Amino acid sequence: MNEPPPTSPLLQVQGLTLQYKTEKHLVTATYRVSFDVYAADRFVLLGPSGCGKSTLLKAVGGYMAPTEGSMLLKGRPVRGPGADRVFVFQEFDQLLPWKTVKQNVVFALESSHKLRGRAAEAQALRYIDKVNLAKFADSYPHTLSGGMKQRVAIARALAMEPDVLLMDEPFAALDALTRRRMQDELLELWAEVRFTVLFVTHSIPEAVLVGNRILLLSPHPGQVKGELNSDGSDRTDPASGCKLSERIHDMLFADRIEEQEVLPHG
Amino acid sequence: MADLSMSAGRFQHLPPVRHEYLRDVVAGKDIGVIETPLTFPQRLASQSWLRKAMVLLLIAIAWELYARYLNNPLLVPTFTATLEAFAAGIQSGDIPLKALNSMQLLLKGYALGLALAMAFTALAMMSRVGNDLLETLTSAFNPLPAIALLPLALVWFGLGEVSIIFVLVHSVLWAVALNTHSGFRSVSPTLRMVGRNYGLKGPRLVAKILIPAAFPSILTGLKIGWAFAWRTLIAAELVFGVSSGKGGLGWYIFENKNMLDIPAVFAGLFTVILIGLAVENVIFRNIEAVTVRRWGMQS
Repeated sequence: MNEPPPTSPLLQVQGLTLQYKTEKHLVTATYRVSFDVYAADRFVLLGPSGCGKSTLLKAVGGYMAPTEGSMLLKGRPVRGPGADRVFVFQEFDQLLPWKTVKQNVVFALESSHKLRGRAAEAQALRYIDKVNLAKFADSYPHTLSGGMKQRVAIARALAMEPDVLLMDEPFAALDALTRRRMQDELLELWAEVRFTVLFVTHSIPEAVLVGNRILLLSPHPGQVKGELNSDGSDRTDPASGCKLSERIHDMLFADRIEEQEVLPHG
Repeated sequence: MADLSMSAGRFQHLPPVRHEYLRDVVAGKDIGVIETPLTFPQRLASQSWLRKAMVLLLIAIAWELYARYLNNPLLVPTFTATLEAFAAGIQSGDIPLKALNSMQLLLKGYALGLALAMAFTALAMMSRVGNDLLETLTSAFNPLPAIALLPLALVWFGLGEVSIIFVLVHSVLWAVALNTHSGFRSVSPTLRMVGRNYGLKGPRLVAKILIPAAFPSILTGLKIGWAFAWRTLIAAELVFGVSSGKGGLGWYIFENKNMLDIPAVFAGLFTVILIGLAVENVIFRNIEAVTVRRWGMQS
């Protein structure tokens, strides 16, 4: 707590307003959102559905231009998708089904001109081994389970050694047991590699477990409600006597609880 | 619990309370068969080529029986007579030559059709105008039978190879373009984003992401295009088979009909079917086996 913060943030998001068009509407997804991510942060964007957290991640990924505000990665403005920010999506079809596990990772390294040939293969195998899939390096994705596919996606992203890893609810499509194991594995990987990750989730327990810093967003449109620290243990806050997850729950769902209390009871 | 017992009086149909129990499971090796290879007949029955061959055999037997019952070789020659005519045609070199002529013409038309389909699809992927153009043209021309263009082709290009290639291109182009285009459009946005994430755009994105991801649709287009081209070719040859002295299989059928050599007509049809079966079951099946099936994109 007393340590001085690192000199400058890795990723600075300032006053970001994001809007997108649907067929009939212009939707404001986030309104003047600002936050700073430092190197080796496990920075969680948490909020109910409709708070624009995935849109926010897409913007950082360079897939949409902001209406207002700026995003600086290592001091340079974010323009378009790039291999310095690698995405891990929720969908299992993010792996190329026509390539084996190893080829998927090599594909990423070669397409982005990061490494080629033998060097790319060695790097791929190193990270596939890190996610414990060495035995499946030559398997095609459709033969793997959901959890294994997500591990491949994580290995592919980590092999790129990006400045920041962007994870969009990567474990949401997994069953509860697998999800729990994947969260632990992600933390083990972080302890080993010390990557920086921007992690989107709508699950409070996941945010508390995975994140060291949690950004709370309100819905319609997404606005910052606060930033909290987490040590992964869901500790009790001395001031309020509440657990971290309870505090987050109260902050995010305060409006909804009031609504419910107004309803007449039958 | 208190709530439950209170409501028990109101709701008559509560499940009975049963004893809990725990058990030890039997170790795998004591159960006996957990996984065992299938017997030989079972494995035979699961071979689709064998089942299909049986179907063909049954049809051949039915054909033979009916032809013998009818006993009129001018209407329906027997299966054996057809086989004899086929063997004679092969021996004399007539059928292989005609088949070769047909295949050469077909491949020219097919290749040209594919090239044009690629150009159209690329145009459609690059711009909205191209997209509208392709959609309008396919919906207008795809239902138009290629053979209906033949009279016009004859006026434009005369009695020769070019006319046939023209109708072949027409029969291939729209089917392939339609399927390829819809395949590209149904590539998941996630995959496109993955491609762009790793720095792919433009032609590299198309080559490395869109084409393989849309391959099942593209392959379907190729198959449909091939079938369309094949039947268009035979029909076109029936109308004016002999172009620059080289007749194809359609011409072989037509010629033999004129000479009332009906077994040879059947032998010609037989050859058309055989080539169709071979391309579908050997060429396309093998392409599928090493691509979409291996990738788990088609079962």
